Amino acid sequence: MTVTVRLFASYAEILGKSELELTIPDGSTVADVVRSVNGMPGGNSLPPSPLVAVNYSYASSAKPLANGDEIAIIPPVAGG
Amino acid sequence: MMHVSLVRVAIDIASLAATVAKDTNGATAVFVGTVRSSNEGRPVTGIEYSAYDEMAEREMVSILTEASQKFGIAEAVIEHRLGTLHVGDASIGVAVAHPHRGEAMDALRYIVDETKRRAPIWKLEHYTDGTREWVNAGGVLET
Repeated sequence: MTVTVRLFASYAEILGKSELELTIPDGSTVADVVRSVNGMPGGNSLPPSPLVAVNYSYASSAKPLANGDEIAIIPPVAGG
Repeated sequence: MMHVSLVRVAIDIASLAATVAKDTNGATAVFVGTVRSSNEGRPVTGIEYSAYDEMAEREMVSILTEASQKFGIAEAVIEHRLGTLHVGDASIGVAVAHPHRGEAMDALRYIVDETKRRAPIWKLEHYTDGTREWVNAGGVLET
């Protein structure tokens, strides 16, 4: 299955991109996607368990993913 | 009337307050967040705000729904500005109205605090010495 990964703020700067597509095995979880991103050039500068959202809602690392999901890796927020 | 928006123009506080006005409401509470001239001792020239727009809007809608359930408010708006802001510019405006002041002020605090804690919005601070830094507000979110 294919999922979209969105990166923001400091994480987008570190990875040099704000969006990528990943093809992952069926049954993959949020943790599997994070591990893939951590393995990319610069990805080891991201925390091993960052905040993640799936389809616009915060999600746990154990959450199973479905084809077409949008996974956002979210740096510490600082709005207001 | 509950409404959230991310804007890239100046926030008009008077019109935010007017949005929540209603004859049955005796109290309107308004919060305005502005860009400070220094942060942790470092002189600031401005802040670039960015967001995960789709999710930030959904999260702010959820916060207003929660505030409605907790405090019985029916009129509240959040407006958050994105883009480059200078010292003194308003980055966030929140207006809440209720028949009574206690609920209006409690709901206002809840909405502001939760927006800062949960909305996926980031700030890149620029300093007078030409350096820049992503601000880590230090909050811990559990999922």
